[in-house]
Amino acid sequence: MNIDDIIKYLKEYDGSDIKLMEVCGTHTAAIFKGGIRSLISPKIHLISGPGCPVCVTPTAFIDKCAEYAMKDNHVLMTFGDMLKVPGTRGSLSDLKGEGAKVYMMYSPFEAIEKAQENPDITYVLAAVGFETTTPAYALMIDQAERLGIKNIKLVTALKTIIPALEWICDNEDGIDAFICPGHVSTIIGSRAYEELAKKYNKPFVVAGFEAEQLLAVIYDIVRQLESGNKKVDNLYRNAVRDEGNVKAQEILARCFEAGPAMWRGLGVIPGSGMYLTGKYAEYDGGSMGLDADMELPDSCRCGDVITGRINPGECPMFGTGCTPMDPYGPCMVSAEGACGIWFRNR
Amino acid sequence: MCVAIPGKILSLDGDMAKVDFSGSTVNVNTGIIDAKVGQYVLVHAGCAIEVMDKDKAEELIELFAEIEEMENEYR
Amino acid sequence: MKITMAHGSGGSSSKELMSEIFGKHFSNDVLDKMEDAAVLKMTDGEIAMSTDSFVVTPVEFRGGDIGKLCVCGTVNDILMMGAEPKYLTCGFILEEGLDTDVLDRVVASMAAQAREAGVKIVAGDTKVVEGSGGLMINTTGIGIIPEGRDVSAANCKPGDKVIVSGTLGDHHACILSARMEIENEIKSDCGCLKDITDALFGEGIEVHTMRDVTRGGMGTILNEIADSAGCKIVVEESAVPVSEAVKGFSGMLGLDPLYMGNEGKMIAIVPGDQADKALELMRGTEHGKDAAIIAEVTEPEQAGGSAVHIKTPLGATRVLDVLYGEGLPRIC
Repeated sequence: MNIDDIIKYLKEYDGSDIKLMEVCGTHTAAIFKGGIRSLISPKIHLISGPGCPVCVTPTAFIDKCAEYAMKDNHVLMTFGDMLKVPGTRGSLSDLKGEGAKVYMMYSPFEAIEKAQENPDITYVLAAVGFETTTPAYALMIDQAERLGIKNIKLVTALKTIIPALEWICDNEDGIDAFICPGHVSTIIGSRAYEELAKKYNKPFVVAGFEAEQLLAVIYDIVRQLESGNKKVDNLYRNAVRDEGNVKAQEILARCFEAGPAMWRGLGVIPGSGMYLTGKYAEYDGGSMGLDADMELPDSCRCGDVITGRINPGECPMFGTGCTPMDPYGPCMVSAEGACGIWFRNR
Repeated sequence: MCVAIPGKILSLDGDMAKVDFSGSTVNVNTGIIDAKVGQYVLVHAGCAIEVMDKDKAEELIELFAEIEEMENEYR
Repeated sequence: MKITMAHGSGGSSSKELMSEIFGKHFSNDVLDKMEDAAVLKMTDGEIAMSTDSFVVTPVEFRGGDIGKLCVCGTVNDILMMGAEPKYLTCGFILEEGLDTDVLDRVVASMAAQAREAGVKIVAGDTKVVEGSGGLMINTTGIGIIPEGRDVSAANCKPGDKVIVSGTLGDHHACILSARMEIENEIKSDCGCLKDITDALFGEGIEVHTMRDVTRGGMGTILNEIADSAGCKIVVEESAVPVSEAVKGFSGMLGLDPLYMGNEGKMIAIVPGDQADKALELMRGTEHGKDAAIIAEVTEPEQAGGSAVHIKTPLGATRVLDVLYGEGLPRIC
């Protein structure tokens, strides 16, 4: 079996229509970059899921970050992804023009050095992400605590994927299988999907990010559905163990506790958020309850897009009231957002 | 949802490593892996999240072998 | 010494700056007359004129500085019209606190690059503003278009081939590395493309379209050309040259070299039957040694339409759109 056999099989597939959800935004981007849709049968539908941290983050979070960025003696540190997301007073990038202090970071660990160099300035991290990114925040805050650094704060919008998948399985019945996020799975392990696979009797397959890897995963899912043998497969073994990264799981359990989290488009999902806990709680910059979201007009259908009810192109605002240059919904803002990716590749 | 790519550990100092990405060197925290100099590690946002012991070519060979093996289950 | 508001006053400090830095490096027959305006001979034919402002941070980077950049940027724009660049003007905006040693190095670098490109700096101006030691430069250039030469984005036709002069993303990666304090050896490609245009026109290549591949990257520029010419451009992904170092850097930050900025790269679109010769000529120059044929121009799918497609190594095809936003590093 090689990649040509797989492409041939997927191209010629003529069974019943299949809806697969790629949960992870980096997969959505890789699927477009690899032109995967042009290599498979039109009967295999790829739906983009809620796995873009920027897209599911509500306005109240951006506003909280903006408040810190405007405050004297405070600097907001963020990944490039968040700079353009509109908040009530504009995006963080817009607010720079009004004197907001916003620093674009590559890694949360940069905060330690900065906090030590400038003890009078409080560094506030706009901490978004899923399980892949959360260990970096945990390691950094643990280090800050050990070093007795007090001038770092985290505003968190950290989410876990399993409760969101469960929500989708309970609320959407059209999705036949899930392409599981590769790098989230590095942390949580492929076993984390076992319960969902059994409960909902659907394939959950962990995928890497190369075109070949994604095609192999789609092939595996199609074969699982055809044979009726639906299960969890890990097809990214080079980066994902069945049990995940146990050390990471331990430090996450030590630093964070689960709580409700607001997902734009889905609503509040109990137990899907991660909040600093115990001796680390003093580093929290007021992350709980940042649920309020901007009033999106009825015609904005971000929620339907990330749950796979519609494709971005079916949203009435797509490409007219909402473009990457002038985004309305967050799915259009993010480089990973389903709408942004669809627009760039339409 | 998460961009992460493999880089090679050049040197280690406690929980910090210098990791090379085809010529770009970045300081990376290795607190959640068992790091050794010379290893390839998967790095996301300045944090090594796993050791990768196969290169891309080996990884794909293994993947196709695995698919072939599973084919028996589906027949 | 640091720049102060006095250096912009028009008084003695201004004169000192003029004689010790600008005059020292920029001396030529037109400028040395020190009149209110440069007096230049006109030609009968067409001229090409372009202006650009340069605001790069840091002002000195691996492979160049803002001085070299501001000459190359404007000269390249003129070259891309098939013109011979002749004259440049420059406007400096200095921020208080700028180190005069930095200014001296930047001005020396401008002068050296102007000599290499065969252009004279014939007029200039300096202003000082409040700030934190920054430096911004505007340059305007004039070139003469030789009789019979017609290079335009609208000229490319089905059957033409697209040649890029070298690896993509180097300048963007170099600047971002400096800003994000990531250690590497990536050098900006900042350079003047005159050796390439001289080689192509010198051998009589019938160049239909030229563009320097700057901000917005290759993806954006190919779309602009496809729109102007009303054609489709099909890029072969595996043919696009990107250095290993830039691949590693862009992979790490989630950037795409097809949308990263360059300061010494161009594309030339030439008739299909002249493409191999044009490629060979480009590869024989300093700035074109890594040139590659990356795409071909075809008929649009429907009349009046235009598109840029890219073919992947697995045989898939996707749309290559323009860059939206800024191309910021991302983790997700």
